[in-house]
Amino acid sequence: MLLQQYKCFGSSAASKIQRNPLFSSLDSRDVSYFKEILGEKNVIEDKERLETANTDWMHKYKGSSKLMLLPKNTQEVSQILQYCDSRRLAVVPQGGNTGLVGGSVPVFDEVIINVGLMNKVLAFDEVSGVLVCEAGCILENLATFLDTKGFIMPLDLGAKGSCHIGGNVSTNAGGLRLIRYGSLHGTVLGLEAVTANGNVLDMLGTLRKDNTGYDLKHLFIGSEGSLGIVTKVSILTQPKLSSVNLAFIACKDYLSCQKLLVEAKRNLGEILSAFEFLDNNSMDLVLNHLDGVRNPVSCSENFYILIETTGSDETNDREKLEAFLLKSLEKGLVSDGVIAQDINQASSFWRIREGITEALQKAGAVYKYDLSLPVEEIYNIVNDLRGKLGDLANVMGYGHLGDGNLHLNISAAEYNDKLLGLIEPYVYEWTSKHRGSISAEHGLGVMKANEIFYSKSPETVALMASIKKLLDPKGILNPYKVLPHSLFSH
Amino acid sequence: MKILVAVKRVVDYAVKIRVKPDKTGVETQNVKMSMNPFCEIALEEALRIKEAGFAEEVIAVSIGPSQCVDTLRTGLAMGADRGIHVETNSSFLPLTIAKILKSLADVENPGLIFLGKQAIDDDCNQTGQMVAALLGWPQATFASKVVLDKDKNVATVDREVDGGLETLNVDLPAVITTDLRLNQPRYASLPNIMKAKSKPIKKMTVQDLKVDIKSDIEILEVTEPPKRKSGVMVSSVDELIDKLKNEAHVV
Repeated sequence: MLLQQYKCFGSSAASKIQRNPLFSSLDSRDVSYFKEILGEKNVIEDKERLETANTDWMHKYKGSSKLMLLPKNTQEVSQILQYCDSRRLAVVPQGGNTGLVGGSVPVFDEVIINVGLMNKVLAFDEVSGVLVCEAGCILENLATFLDTKGFIMPLDLGAKGSCHIGGNVSTNAGGLRLIRYGSLHGTVLGLEAVTANGNVLDMLGTLRKDNTGYDLKHLFIGSEGSLGIVTKVSILTQPKLSSVNLAFIACKDYLSCQKLLVEAKRNLGEILSAFEFLDNNSMDLVLNHLDGVRNPVSCSENFYILIETTGSDETNDREKLEAFLLKSLEKGLVSDGVIAQDINQASSFWRIREGITEALQKAGAVYKYDLSLPVEEIYNIVNDLRGKLGDLANVMGYGHLGDGNLHLNISAAEYNDKLLGLIEPYVYEWTSKHRGSISAEHGLGVMKANEIFYSKSPETVALMASIKKLLDPKGILNPYKVLPHSLFSH
Repeated sequence: MKILVAVKRVVDYAVKIRVKPDKTGVETQNVKMSMNPFCEIALEEALRIKEAGFAEEVIAVSIGPSQCVDTLRTGLAMGADRGIHVETNSSFLPLTIAKILKSLADVENPGLIFLGKQAIDDDCNQTGQMVAALLGWPQATFASKVVLDKDKNVATVDREVDGGLETLNVDLPAVITTDLRLNQPRYASLPNIMKAKSKPIKKMTVQDLKVDIKSDIEILEVTEPPKRKSGVMVSSVDELIDKLKNEAHVV
């Protein structure tokens, strides 16, 4: 068969991936078999639908799959995988397809297994707050369901209208509330997953504490579909507290932002629920590319911070937040700020922070980096890169300052390799030097499959490869992603 | 000139409301409450008029339980000069509110009274009109543009009506109620929140204002609208006609 080459649009020129010749190619018998077990309607060969399923949200990565399967339940997922494993057909597990590292779309002709039809809420315990649901539930729909019961999901992110909880779990999604509720490694109590050979692993516990053996669910959380397909999730949700306050603050310099974070953690304490930052370039981008947004603060500043508090006593929380902000204003940490007076105002503040990603898409080509760094270093990399790129591109820094997570984005009119060469491996080396993570929450996908060594030791990665080979000996689950290609030479 | 602005504390516009099980009203416990959006617009307009030099003082008024002070604080943080809280635990209907506002107007003698065109909890759209009638003042409701002529003591108001836009001239003092497109209210900034802490809020009671609060309207029941029934597929035109005739009784 032909050696197919794949060059990731906008990714390091060095990583020209080649299709694994050991994988089979889809034939008509395969398609008939799938139609038999799933029904004709849920075996998609339609060109338009495949076009969408083959392309990631950023329109940066595009595969050439000829088939998408829509299983309705775990049993069907198991049958599909058992068959694909025996036939050596590579597959891509797919949820909402909102990932930002090319992890949710085929690289070549892998069969797409989309769990979108598995979207039922299975159980909700109103005392413990434990929600059990299928992996294809859209995050926003779960939030709406929980709202009627007086609960909230422990995570929230800009992609909530499209992303699936299965995908969130598989990528260990972070988001805006991590500072308050922690990561999915803490809030996911159990899951059900199907491994490459079709084996169904029932780890769907609903218990807060269970120390019986190795906690295998953690392997699947964040493994980006490379160890198994998550089919059900059991997650601990939080009571919805009535008092939510949001402030939009302007700060003169990054040092003030840092100090403000320290003060916020100390003075707002248990009611602090989000601490986000964005720089002036990000604000300008949003104001230029999105409709109906205005800068909440009257004059332009270098940095903007969003501080959210969530508690149970409206008056108390309000006073606490006001007192904290007024003191910060007096101390010169804050140059100006506003507090949202109603939910609409709060939504408009969030629109600015959550809209940066959308604005970047509209602005042209975007090189996106998601880094964990010591808080005091976070803006240094932005300044250094800005100096390095000069007029070639617009560099933006924003993100979850409260978690030490920077979203470094470089916006240019078009993708070009010269620009990429200036950015990579500079950004990875810079991060590595400060013992940071080259992927705080987005995952490795196909974009950073070969960059893991910037953040993990060779011994650790070797063990990861062993585990992969143990759980997926033929390597059919989401190949070419997450771990370096050199470990799976063919 | 003084401007009196009435601001109402209501369930936040973005909240999904639920009817209380006893059907006496809408659930307001543990629910986010905010200033009525149209009242916010009214206050914003009053502030702009003051900033343009047409008025010296903007007074925010709210009628209701102790938590109304929060709503007034928001008004002060936006820029109102002082607040008046008429404290009561009763839930008053528009006519009683209008009588209270009239009493206040008799005391404060404002040149303009601004209200939101309606409150989003009851959608009455009555209070502004009733205040004007009780005071014998001209009224311009659903304002989408207000221009003052200080010399002639006249306000020119564009109103949003079903047929389009109507422009009225009203002599001052007058009552104006505000519609959505009049302005975009400012946010409460930190410096203004700080200034607001020293602005006075005067507490009054209905008795102080000598208002008769007896209402001739009694709310019997509050229920949700009936849930939309799912559609029915019919297999033929005859079946459709039969259903239209014998089930829906529309033919």
